[in-house]
Amino acid sequence: MNAKLQVRVTEVEALNPLIKRFRFVPRDGGLLPAFSGGAHVVVEMEDHGTRRMNPYSLSSDPEDRTGYEVTVRRDDAGRGGSLYMHNHVAVGTEMVISHPVNLFPLDGRAKKHLFLAGGIGITPFKAMIHQLGHIGAKWELHYASRNPGLCAYGDLLRGPVQFYYDDDKSFIPLKDLLARQPLGTHVYCCGPKGMLAWVRATAAELGLAEHAVHFEEFTAPQPGAPFDVDLVRSGRRIHVPAHQSLLEAMEAAGVDAPYLCRGGACGQCECDVVTLDGQIDHRDHWLAPTDHKTKIMPCVSRFAGRALAIDR
Amino acid sequence: MLDLKPDFGSFFKDETFTGDFTFANSPQSVRRFPFPFDRDDYMYSVNIEPHVSTRPGSVFEHAFDIDEHYVSEMRDRARVLARDPLRCQSLPHMELAGWDLLELLMESLARDYPQWFTLTRSGNDWHWVNKPLGIDQRFTFLDASSLPYGPMEYITRQVQGDFTLQDERDQNLWVDAGMVTTQADWSLDFDIGMNFFEWHAPVPLAHEKGIFERALKFLLRLQHGAPVRRFNWTMTVNPLLDTAPETYPEWGAMRTTVTPQNVGEKLHLRVELQSLFRLPRSNAIAFSIRAYLGRFDDLVTVPKWGRRLHRVVRDVHPDLAAYKGFLRNRDAMTDWLSHHDDGAPTSPGIWPD
Repeated sequence: MNAKLQVRVTEVEALNPLIKRFRFVPRDGGLLPAFSGGAHVVVEMEDHGTRRMNPYSLSSDPEDRTGYEVTVRRDDAGRGGSLYMHNHVAVGTEMVISHPVNLFPLDGRAKKHLFLAGGIGITPFKAMIHQLGHIGAKWELHYASRNPGLCAYGDLLRGPVQFYYDDDKSFIPLKDLLARQPLGTHVYCCGPKGMLAWVRATAAELGLAEHAVHFEEFTAPQPGAPFDVDLVRSGRRIHVPAHQSLLEAMEAAGVDAPYLCRGGACGQCECDVVTLDGQIDHRDHWLAPTDHKTKIMPCVSRFAGRALAIDR
Repeated sequence: MLDLKPDFGSFFKDETFTGDFTFANSPQSVRRFPFPFDRDDYMYSVNIEPHVSTRPGSVFEHAFDIDEHYVSEMRDRARVLARDPLRCQSLPHMELAGWDLLELLMESLARDYPQWFTLTRSGNDWHWVNKPLGIDQRFTFLDASSLPYGPMEYITRQVQGDFTLQDERDQNLWVDAGMVTTQADWSLDFDIGMNFFEWHAPVPLAHEKGIFERALKFLLRLQHGAPVRRFNWTMTVNPLLDTAPETYPEWGAMRTTVTPQNVGEKLHLRVELQSLFRLPRSNAIAFSIRAYLGRFDDLVTVPKWGRRLHRVVRDVHPDLAAYKGFLRNRDAMTDWLSHHDDGAPTSPGIWPD
């Protein structure tokens, strides 16, 4: 795979009971590459014998090349990546991260950027707002969270920002908001699944051009029942435990598998299915339904049944 | 204006790529010529490899190769731009990508050629010194008003090879900016704003092979810090860097001046070392198209290259020979090259034995 960035954690801050901010600086004291708002890095973790590689959006200023920041929400029901970050990563921890990759970029042609954030979905927008500030572009943020106590960075966001709190029964007035945007506005949404679906449906109903509405789609892999897979090219059978993805199980077995987003959005890790006797649980945003019998995205999707063999 | 005060020193050659055509490769330059054929026949493929530093002294040693033709090539670019400013264009949303490119080029040149280029930075206050071109510039990074041109034009007037900047959106790449003065018969002014399939539309045979779908898929996954490269090639009569559609009336007829006697002197294998870089701030992709000209007379001094060039020119698909502009001269070229091919087997790879 590609060159990695060797970093050290210099700051860990609990923004609220669920969310922590981590700052990484290069171990060699040099500068990190600048990045683009919306980019993520893949953070590698050695979690007591299990290798985890989780993508996190960068939330810091893209022009600050002295360090990168990620903001992580603890997911007690997840597979353990966020728990590892929260419980084991401290100031001084040495870590390895990927170069930034952007699967949720700004469209430079936009006359105005309209951001819709739900909860931890604020993270890419924080970096985007920094970046747009440098080039003087127009933006507006609508940020929904459960209550002011869980509204990460709420106190730091300045400018055209509107807050909404579930506990107060205040919600983004989506239809009105989208309907009154000036021509040339691009809409960006990052938040829970339900919010993405709501924005997608509302934008379509209002006739917004598809190319002007952008979604941060990749989601953390979720656990599921364990299963076995035959890797045809490598000539071996591997076991995928409940809290590991198929991609991680392949990597743990030393099988080379390309990846970028590790969240079912980019298509890089796509595998051809050779034999299928059972049901693939497709959890990605990449494959078309017509591909569901012939392909699988090992980063997020799982399998239940008698036999699955893939070309890897 | 960028006021060039060239200093050729003892390394850079004072030569022309038009008129009296005094361009020539030194013997050292011939030995490092990027001969593009790794076997005795040629067909399109997605021949992409990581753009990593290899073989000291070769064109692969540095991210951007600066060679003995540098100063004269930059003077030729200034000449072309003075006649036709549309060779350099940047759509309004591409300025940030221009800064990315400026940073990439200045960092690379200052790192790889400290004897010629220096970059000193304090925050956004940058100081750039280009000794061969006599440039000493202080400016504010990300502030276009602090440079005599936009960032892309400023830096690409100082680096060999053409450059285009591709914006990524809607699962496609769009050629939305570029500096194109050393091209093999394509026009930035015509192509600007096109997507990947549109600007490749004229290429024969490759569409049917599905090459562009695969290449686009690959490029959309291109990562920062992991640039890639490939070769392309064509043939040029006389050492012309600028073979643009806009100036076709001036150079097109030169193709009719080839005779059996002057093939070795007139014909040049034109090799493009193409490299692709994901840019950090803009998420755009920079495409560097660096053209090298190799006179047939010089190339056949490497016996392996003489044999192989003969076999490739003789056997290449006629549609490709036509697209690359040498179908009308192919017989004369093949005949001339046949005298440099004794039929012996050639070794694998592109390098001289």
